[in-house]
This record gives sequence, structure tokens and C-alpha cells, in this order.
Amino acid sequence: MNVLLQSLRHLLTLRWLTGRRAVIAVPALFLTAAFLVPFLIVLRISLSDMDTAGSPFGGLLSYADGIVMLKVKVANYLYIAADELYLLTYLSSLKYAAITTVICLVVGYPFAYFMARARPSIRPVLMMLVMLPFWTSFLLRVYAWKGILANHGLLNDLLLALGVVSEPLQMMNTSFSLVVGMVYAYLPFMILPLYANLVKMDIRFLEAAADLGATPLQAFWRITVPLSKSGIIAGAMLVFIPSVGEYVIPELLGGPETLMIGRVLWDEYFTNNDWAMASSVTVLVILLILVPMAIFNKYKTDQEAGERT
Amino acid sequence: MKASTFLQRWFGRGWLSLGYLFLYLPIIVLIVFSFNSSRQDMVWSGFSLRWYQELMNDGEIISGLGLSLKIAFMSATSSVVLGTFAAFALSNYQRFRGRTMFSAMSSAPLVMPEVIIGLSLLLMLVSMQKVFGFPERGVATIWLGHTLLGMAYATVVVQSRLQEMSKSLSEAAMDLGCRAHEVFFLVTLPNITQALASAWLLTFTLSLDDVVLSAFLSGPGSTTMPLVIFSRARLGLDPRVNAVAALTILVVTIAVIVYAVMLARSDRRRRRQLSAAYDD
Repeated sequence: MNVLLQSLRHLLTLRWLTGRRAVIAVPALFLTAAFLVPFLIVLRISLSDMDTAGSPFGGLLSYADGIVMLKVKVANYLYIAADELYLLTYLSSLKYAAITTVICLVVGYPFAYFMARARPSIRPVLMMLVMLPFWTSFLLRVYAWKGILANHGLLNDLLLALGVVSEPLQMMNTSFSLVVGMVYAYLPFMILPLYANLVKMDIRFLEAAADLGATPLQAFWRITVPLSKSGIIAGAMLVFIPSVGEYVIPELLGGPETLMIGRVLWDEYFTNNDWAMASSVTVLVILLILVPMAIFNKYKTDQEAGERT
Repeated sequence: MKASTFLQRWFGRGWLSLGYLFLYLPIIVLIVFSFNSSRQDMVWSGFSLRWYQELMNDGEIISGLGLSLKIAFMSATSSVVLGTFAAFALSNYQRFRGRTMFSAMSSAPLVMPEVIIGLSLLLMLVSMQKVFGFPERGVATIWLGHTLLGMAYATVVVQSRLQEMSKSLSEAAMDLGCRAHEVFFLVTLPNITQALASAWLLTFTLSLDDVVLSAFLSGPGSTTMPLVIFSRARLGLDPRVNAVAALTILVVTIAVIVYAVMLARSDRRRRRQLSAAYDD
């Protein structure tokens, strides 16, 4: 009892709150309250009935005949598992995220490579030009593609004028417009970590390879690419993870057949008002991105450790 | 060899040019068609300022803009404060209980799909409201969401600056008798002001631009500008939206130029002071 009182007094006098502890505690408490706790609540709601979903603090545990009962409703998950549409949507989200990541890598790698090999004096300008679109609204830039890809849009007008096609191509509201929008929005997230990595690379490795008789192409594949592995991983994760749950781009540029889980989640909440279902979908999306998140996190920790030494 | 480097150089230039064209095409299109006189989507029919005039009388967008600016100001400030704390903890304290968890949580909002963050926060707030009777959804709840997102970005920006900063500076200050908080306010803070400014601007634009979190966290009467734009963009093309875009781009361009000039000037001043100090 005495110990308890003592520790209580210790807590109340705030003497434990040294500078170091406060520096850690303030952001840690905020992140716990605004990030961790909400996820736990979502997990909790996903395991409850539709009608009791509103009261998150009751129902799950019950006490009867001296035994604590843990009552878990997996009905929502069973429903999702039984419905083919959910499965198809998850797979299709993964598909579009993967396509976006691959195209971003194929376009972004040479881009970052040539940026890093440009004259040092113009590198900051090139970098700035990649960053600049970030400062203008993402929403408006995605919206602009509607005008470019529409049936009477800019691209179709150009193709018609050039005589490439004789009637407008249906590009809007297809998987084509969706992928264009996603690649457009996420390309800088691929370029920046790759550039940061490639610009630091020691050029002498390539000179050594050339001295030893490697062709430039061989040197590229056997030295530059392996050395930039961490940049590739960082870029790929920065593109892939948010793409899986993207909502705005599929809503503005996608069509009825471009299934994305972000839209399903949105509709479950806003249109169907089904919290429990929306929560279950959320939990499954989190499970889906858990492995990529872990990879991203490991890369980040490695990077920090590398910079410290 | 000569021919191949020549080819390589031009291939590089071509790739970069096409890449930048891709990045800037939508922005150019937005600006050009904000001056279009007709409503017809993307058919040029003459120069006019009609949409700018209509924009001035568009109460929904104007009041949305006011609200968005207010929220962006609030969340940029809180994000930078919290992000600086987190960055400081991560770069100064290599070992504390729960560091891995702390580091993971502080960077997760960077990549976590926004629908997930938005829905989780919303469900927590709604549950809280059922139990405690508060908070109502509105400006404060949007602020909370934007701070969570902005903090992650601010942490990255400030942390990378702190890691660049030489440890010997703060060690010297401590040797000269500074206490920990004095080191922070007298040595560290003046050295990272530039990073703090970029972090503030970045989180400000993030908040000003955010649709998804705002949609989940807004209540009746707290419709931010992106929410107005998004609801119109969903229906189709609206030239007034182009006018908004052109104006934002104008403001951003001016801000970026002013910032770059200021940066260059302070850099020059510092270099002059440095060389003066060495001459003495």
C-alpha cells in the first residue's frame, strides 16, 4: 500500500517528467491516442454486431457462472470471405497497386538516374522541379486528367488531328485512366528516394568496372542496380502501400469495372452506414499492407542506423 | 565509345524532358483552360475571365477557402511542434523503451492509405461521442486528423536536418556549461529554423489539399474547399475549379520564388559572416 501511495505521489508531483521523458512522452501520447487507439477500436467494432457497434465498451466480454466469456463475432469476416466481390476487389486493388509500382519504377528509375548524373550545378533545379507539383493541389492535378483523357478531351483531339484514330478512344473511366492517374500521383514518391540513393553512389565503382572490362550496360546491371537496392525498396513501398487503399483517384478517374477496396470501404461507411462491415474491410486492408509496412519500416531503421555511423 | 556517350546523353535528356512534360502537363492544362470562354469541356473557344468572375461570387468556395486556410494554419503549427518533439526524440535518444514502436507509429501515416486513418479516427470519435457526449465533428476533429498526418511529414523533414547537424555543436555548448534545454533553444533551434519553415509550409499545403480525412472528420457546416471541389469534380468538369487551380498555382509559385530568394540571401549573408569571422 505504501509503495502504491509513494508511486502515486511520484506521478502527481511530475518529478519523473524530465526533459528527456517529456520529449518522448508528448508525441508518444499523441500518436497512441490518435493512431493506435483508433485501430484498436476498429478491430473491436469489426468483431461486433451491427446493432451493438455503437457502444464499443460493452458486449465483447461477459461474466456468467463464474467464467469470463469472450464473445467474438466473426460474422462480418465470414460474410466477406463468402462474398466473391470482396475477394475480387482485394485482388484488383493489389493488381492496380502492383501495376502502378512497376510502371513508376520503370519510368522513375531512369529519371532519377539521369537526374543524379546531371551536372551538379543543375541538380538542385531538377530536384526542385520534381518537388514543385507537390505544392499544388493533388486533387486539382488529378482532376486535370479528366479533361485530358475525356472523349472530347485534349489527347483524343490530338490523336484525331494526327489521324491516328478515326473516332475518339474511350480512355476515361477505364483501367487505363486509373493507372495513368495513379502513376502520375505517385511518380515523385518513387523518384525522390531513388535520386537520394543514386546521387550518393561512388562513381569510382563504375570506373573500376570499366577498367576491368565491363560494358556500361553490364556495369549498370551488376553495380548500379544492386547498390541502389534500398532506394528501389523505399520507392516501391512509398508507392505500393498508399496505392492499395487509394480512394480519390479511382473515384475521379476510374470506372465501374476498376474495383478498388478504398471505394468499397468508403461506400460501406457513407452509403450503407455499416460500421461493422467498414471496420472489417479496414482490418483486412491493414493485414494486406502489414508486410509491405514492415519492409518499409526496416528500410527506414536501416537508413537511420546508416546515417548515424 | 564516343557515339555511345553521345547517344546516352541525348537519351537522358529526352527521358527527363518527357518525364517533366508528364508531371507538368496537367498543371498547364488547368491554367490554360481556366481562361476558356465556353463551358464545353476542353474545347478552346476564346479567352475570357468569366470563370474568375463567377468564382468571386461563389460563396461556397470562398467560405470553404476561409475555413481551409484556418485549419491549415492550425494544423501546420501543431504538426511542426509535435513533429519536432518526435524528431528530437528519434535522433537524440538511441535507446528507450518502445523506440521501435514509436518510430513505426511516427512514420506509418506517411504511407498508410488515408481512408484507413480517416475511418479509424472517425469511429473512435463517434464512439467517444456516444460514451462521453463529445466531441462534435467539425473544425477541431479535422484539425486532429490533419495534425496526425502532418506530424509524420514534419518528423521526417526535421529529423533529416537534425541528423545532418553536427553533434559537436551541442557538445561544445554543453562543455561551455549549457543545460540541456539551453542547448535546445540556443543551439539546436536556430540551426534547424530552415527545416522548421519547410516542414510548416509542407504540412500547411497538405492540410489545405486534403480530401479524404476531411470528408470523414467534417461535420455539418465545416465543408473545406477541397470537399467542395471534390464534390463538383465527381460530377464532371467545372471551369470554376480550373480558376481555383490557376489561382493556387499562382500563389504557390510566388511563395516558392520568394522563399528561394530569401534562402539564397540568408545563405549569402551567412557565408559573408563566416568569412568575416575567419578574417578577424
